[in-house]
Amino acid sequence: MKLLEYRAKRLFDSYGIPIPDGYIVRSPEELLNVSFPTVLKAQVPVGGRGKAGGVKSASTLQEARTAAVGILGLIISGYTPKEILVERKLAIEREIYLSVTIDRSGRIPLLLASSEGGMEIENVPDEKIGKWHIHPFIGIQGYQIREICSYLRIEDPQRRELSELLRNLWKLFWENDCELAEVNPLIQTQDGRLVAGDAKITINDDSLYRHKDLLNLEEELTPLEREAKEKGIAFVQLDGEIGVIANGAGLTMATLDNLALYGGRGGVFLDLGGTDDPKKTEQAFEFIIKASPRVILLNIFGGMTKCDSVAEGVLAVKNKLDISIPVVVRIRGMNEQQGRDMLSGAGIIAFKDLDEACRKASELGGA
Amino acid sequence: MATILTKNTKVLVQGITGHQGTFNAGQMMEFGTKVVGGVTPGKGGETVLGLPVFDTMVEAVKETGANTSIVFVPAPFARDAVLEAIDSGVKTIAVITERIPVRDSLEFIQYAKLSGTRIIGPNCPGLASPGKAKVGIMPNSIFSKGKIGVVSRSGTLTYEIVNALTEAGLGQSTVIGIGGDPVIGTSFIEALSLFEKDGETDAVVLIGEIGGTAEEEAAEFIESRMSKPAYAYIAGRTAPPGKRMGHAGAIIARGRGTAQSKISSLEEAGVRVASIPAEVPKIILKEV
Repeated sequence: MKLLEYRAKRLFDSYGIPIPDGYIVRSPEELLNVSFPTVLKAQVPVGGRGKAGGVKSASTLQEARTAAVGILGLIISGYTPKEILVERKLAIEREIYLSVTIDRSGRIPLLLASSEGGMEIENVPDEKIGKWHIHPFIGIQGYQIREICSYLRIEDPQRRELSELLRNLWKLFWENDCELAEVNPLIQTQDGRLVAGDAKITINDDSLYRHKDLLNLEEELTPLEREAKEKGIAFVQLDGEIGVIANGAGLTMATLDNLALYGGRGGVFLDLGGTDDPKKTEQAFEFIIKASPRVILLNIFGGMTKCDSVAEGVLAVKNKLDISIPVVVRIRGMNEQQGRDMLSGAGIIAFKDLDEACRKASELGGA
Repeated sequence: MATILTKNTKVLVQGITGHQGTFNAGQMMEFGTKVVGGVTPGKGGETVLGLPVFDTMVEAVKETGANTSIVFVPAPFARDAVLEAIDSGVKTIAVITERIPVRDSLEFIQYAKLSGTRIIGPNCPGLASPGKAKVGIMPNSIFSKGKIGVVSRSGTLTYEIVNALTEAGLGQSTVIGIGGDPVIGTSFIEALSLFEKDGETDAVVLIGEIGGTAEEEAAEFIESRMSKPAYAYIAGRTAPPGKRMGHAGAIIARGRGTAQSKISSLEEAGVRVASIPAEVPKIILKEV
């Protein structure tokens, strides 16, 4: 879950990481006591807002209000900003990059630092990024902090400030189950202060049960994806016309890939999980119908799943929801022949082979 | 795979009194595994499927001589269960539980390193050596005994491919599901190096998916350190960037972790990559 910038900055603030003076407005009328020059920033959970016109400077109240009207009318990668962060503009001396993330291969947290702050870290050449593993049992160490300060060529009096900031950033990362805690840029102001210009925090979804205070409704999800998430269904909306339901994430992805071989494009990814509970099948179909696909492809590979009870669930749901679009089913598992016979009898195309099912679904999808 | 699984491996089931734990304990026993008991705090003294249930891992290991455990404990309590297993002295722990917070996994994986305990998973289907034993949840019916080693980040996709291998007459030595989370205890490289040393394995199938760089690292390992032939399938060729495809680890983030990058790395390392699951046995049979 990604936090919006202002919420990430609030978290920074509560960990003693300096942030610019600022506040949130939801309409131009709320702009009152602004200290100029000021900068207005659209609050959206996606990158690239600067290029989309979501960040504007202003030096008078009139300018600020005009900018606010503009920003609130934008659509940035599908998101309409509902909030604007209004901050005092900082006089920038230099920009630094700092983040803590997880090194998946090393299975250990990783701190990244670079003097090339202010741009996307993917665009910074690898030799200009310093890396330090932080062992979770001992946390960030004094020698590492000294190394990082030297690497960034930070001298006193900022050295003391940066040391404190690094300790706090690590603490914030670890205590809040972060996958990413990024300060980019960390601004060194002309009067010598270090201030977080921007803040990106991603909280590990699986830890949210213990971070109820951080729950964020403005996520990178479509409305249907959000509804699915609330119901605990693994569901992703895609661009194509075939709704794919399968059991298991890997198998669902493989099914989408197999469709592509025949020109079929997945419109929905729905992982049913390991179950033959007819209620779950019903819920999955209800969901997939909402995404209005042209064809539904159900792929169940169950070693122990009883195919006749899956078939029963599909038939029940087809009658209940009055599904008129074609349904292609591929099932393997216990009692599979019986299951396929039940489905064929009701006009549903049932296969044993995944490849053949994908070919058929692609054809019905208009590929 | 004598280093982690043999006919004599003695297995404890943590969370044996739950629905999943009981069901899979039974399936493992049918497979031929020596399941020697289970642990559920507060249920010590009961029996499940004729097996003794203990309150603590230490007690269970002392009474049964177990060297391996399988964890079915729900995510909020899984960290505690795995740490307890590590301290009990078992050598291998398969963590089946899904949706464990990454911080908890980081902690128990780092803690396991201190005592040299092997963690498989979390969020994995476990491992199985046909004819010997299974410590996991993979359906028994898909396996046949043979010489192919399989290592995979996925669950049902592994079943699909193992089943296809079996139907094509290609039996398996050992199948390891390493798990779909971003942080896991046993990596592709570690599993591949076990297969390289394993006298019962002649060739290896790697089943990967989008997200992270584990397949690229595996490709490097295969090229520089493996003599046995390797084959692969990568799921997610059509997955859009930025979307988490069901598994916590399956996400193309900031342009990294695409299927294409993994497929080209593997092909450059001399690994034949199947384009659909059904093609895996075909590319192996073409060579043999």
